[in-house]
Order: sequence, then structure tokens, then C-alpha cells
Amino acid sequence: MLDADFFRRWMAAAAASVGREAQRLTDLDSAIGDADHGINMQRGFTAVTAALAEEAPNTPGAVLILAGRQLISKVGGASGPLYGTLLRRTGKALGEAAEVSEGQLAAALRDGVDGVMKLGGAVPGDKTMIDALVPAVDALGEGFAAARAAAEQGAEATIPLQARKGRASYLGERSIGHQDPGATSSALLIAGLSAAAESAEG
Amino acid sequence: MSGEKLVGIVLVSHSAEVAASVAELAKGLAGGATAVPVAPAGGTEGGGLGTSAELISAAAASVDRGAGVAVLTDLGSAVLTVKALLAEGDELPDGTRLVDAPFVEGAVAAVVTASTGADLAAVEAAATEAYSYRKT
Repeated sequence: MLDADFFRRWMAAAAASVGREAQRLTDLDSAIGDADHGINMQRGFTAVTAALAEEAPNTPGAVLILAGRQLISKVGGASGPLYGTLLRRTGKALGEAAEVSEGQLAAALRDGVDGVMKLGGAVPGDKTMIDALVPAVDALGEGFAAARAAAEQGAEATIPLQARKGRASYLGERSIGHQDPGATSSALLIAGLSAAAESAEG
Repeated sequence: MSGEKLVGIVLVSHSAEVAASVAELAKGLAGGATAVPVAPAGGTEGGGLGTSAELISAAAASVDRGAGVAVLTDLGSAVLTVKALLAEGDELPDGTRLVDAPFVEGAVAAVVTASTGADLAAVEAAATEAYSYRKT
């Protein structure tokens, strides 16, 4: 079973990797976006870390809802409302349980991803974060490591795609050949899940 | 006009200057309808380009006169942030609506319509109708 502590470790791992990879995310975004994805994600997850330390929510759902709220209010780019909706919707689906199963998390995360698709209007193949998140959720039944690998493969698979959403879509064919920054940061978020699971075993 | 419940209007742009200028333009073209509560919410809190949920929430609260608030936006993250705030349920005043309209033309139509004391549905319809004005 996964408790609030697991979800706090997940957010901490995501914050750490977003911090480490911020420059890479910005570099990817400078190719097809407006070169602020790394700094935006870093600002958002810094706020998540601070809020979780201050309020110490004690259920899995409450951890994700608080984190999502921080991302919506602090990010300043499209990634804020999109990731905020992902975490909030997932957190709401988990309800008020003190502990949840991996199966419940998988189902809740699917709700979260559906919320992102509805908000942004993106579907798989549009070269967005959805291209990492959908395969990750599909693989989550086989465990966190499988989800992590699926998200990373999904992010890499955006390279040959032409963007159909967001600012990158204005570039048309020039968006081909670049890995999508949103899919890349989504892979970091899913890798954080795997890291949270490993740190429980260690 | 005092005591009349007017629809409030929030203009959300990636740029503080664009939001403020469009607000001035709309008020000016409404015949100096200064009674209409219009608030710009442009850029990030730090003054950069982008969208700030906190500026949007504050702007909506500042124009709320109990008759609803019409929010007009420009690009991507402005639209997504307003939608996410509406989904939160308690971040924006009751009767706040994201209006699907061109930013400049829609703002003028919305402010002029609101200045007549029209309700939120009429303000929204006028702003949305601005899409049908062809330029060629």
C-alpha cells in the first residue's frame, strides 16, 4: 500500500529531477517553444516542495491536490495548469483514503491524464506530454519501473512527430526532429514515482 | 448608474502592457464608460511574459459586482490557466465565465455591452459575435 509519505517522496523526487534537468528542459524548449519550460517547472516544483513542508498533508489525495494547486498558481506557462490539473485530478480520484493500492493509483492517474487531455485538447501523437503519460499509465499495471521506461520511450518517440498543439504547432514541419519538452518533463515526473518506490525498499 | 449590478470584465494577456492597453482601448471606445469594472491581468507576477493565476484571481475579485465576470484571454497558457481556475471551483467569483472571443475586438464589445447594464449572457454573446466581423 502507498501512504502519504510515498506521495511526498514522489513529489520530492520529481522536484529534484526537475531541478537537475531544468537546463535540458529549457534547451529542448528553445528548439520548438519559448525557452522557459525548465525554469517554469523548477519554479512550480520549488513551490510544491515549500507547500508540502509547510502544510504536511496526511493523505495521498491531499498531497497531490496541494501540489497541483501550487503548479497552477506559480508556473506562468501552459505547463502549470496542465500539470496542476494532472495532479489535482489524480488526487481527487484517490479520495480521502490514508493508503491506496498501486491499482488505485493507476486508475486515479488515468483520470488525471484524461483531465489533461480534456483541458489541452491533445491526443496521443500530437507531440505533447500526453505522449509520455499515456504509455506510462498503460504500463503502470506492470509496476513503476515499467511505467518509467514507457514514459521515457514515449518522450523519445516524440522526436519524429510534428507538433499539433501549443506554440510548437506554429512551426509546422520545423518541429520535427526535436524531442518534446513537455513529454520529457512528464517522463521525469513518472521516474519520480519509480524513485519513490525504490527509496521505500532501501 | 450607482447601485446597478454591472458585469465585470477581466482581460488576460501574456503581456502586462497588452492587457492594460486593451482595457484602456475598450473603455475609451465605450465612450469613457468608466463605470464598467474592467481589470487587466497581464504577464507574470514578476513582470515577465506569461500567465499568473494569482493576478487573474485578484483581477476577477476586483471587478465582481455580483452580476458575473466575463474573462477574455489571448493565447495558450492564458486559456488553460483560466480553465484550470474555473475547474478549481473556489478560485474565481460565482458567475465567472471564460468567454470565447477575439481579444481586442471582444473586449470592446464586452465593455460596451456591459456599460448598458446588460447581463452576463448578453456580454458573452456580444464578445463572441466579434468573431463574425470579417476584415476582408
